[in-house]
Amino acid sequence: MNKMKILSKLIIIFLFFQNFSSAETSQQVDKISKNLRCLICQGQSVYDSQSDFALSMKILIQNKIDEGKNDEQIYDFLKNKYGEWIVYDPEINKNTLLLWVLPLILFVFGGILILRKVSIK
Amino acid sequence: MSKNIKLICIVLFALFSFFILLKGLDKSNTYSPSIDKSKIDFNFKSKYLFSEKEVFLNELLKNEGMTLINIWASWCLPCKDEHPYLLKLKSLNNLNIIGINYKDNENNAKQFLSELGNPYTNIITDPNGTNSIELGAFGVPETYLIENKSKLIIKKFIGPLDDKSFIQLTKIIQ
Repeated sequence: MNKMKILSKLIIIFLFFQNFSSAETSQQVDKISKNLRCLICQGQSVYDSQSDFALSMKILIQNKIDEGKNDEQIYDFLKNKYGEWIVYDPEINKNTLLLWVLPLILFVFGGILILRKVSIK
Repeated sequence: MSKNIKLICIVLFALFSFFILLKGLDKSNTYSPSIDKSKIDFNFKSKYLFSEKEVFLNELLKNEGMTLINIWASWCLPCKDEHPYLLKLKSLNNLNIIGINYKDNENNAKQFLSELGNPYTNIITDPNGTNSIELGAFGVPETYLIENKSKLIIKKFIGPLDDKSFIQLTKIIQ
């Protein structure tokens, strides 16, 4: 009787951890897919989209996580296939430099304009 | 004087915005990475259509010449439109054409091929679409011309093949 109790407890603990780990991987899939652009949809992430492409992409991300790949490796894999455009958060390189620097330039320029106006007054 | 500078600044800004928008109009909506980056790892396993055997895609590429990889499905209407071009390519150049059957039902695929003809040397399946993503595909139909030796994608056609792409393909192959 005692053995049965221990066994049932062990099974419950096992099931709990199994559920826990699967919930963790699905959270990771959600996290990665939220940062990926659905390339065939208009303004949707892979996470939001129900298109064939996005559904396959989610399965692929799950498979890669099961293979033991980390977030960075999965992003790199997809960037290699589809280019930088697939990630919402573009890296700083010579193609995206203007994108990153322009707001800063505008901010400094605006700041100078405001300062000049204030000092004139 | 300062009014003139302001005016010049506004005109320059308007021109700058205009040219950025004009350049944006020229660009195609589908993004695809530049050809030299498209070195694909063909090292993924897939099941043959109409058989339980599995094969690595790179085993289906020959050592010499070129291979055409075509992603298709029986439920995809544009695939029916491009099918005659694949048959022509097969008969003209005896090209190694590998089909990837995308999210399809085996019986429907069989019927599709018996009705329209089978241009494929080998057909592998892609039941959940992940193999196509390994190739960098967006959906069906899609066609890739690959140089077997370097394993590089020479030409990529997103959408169905047509007269223009058929002429392009035959020129490259010959």
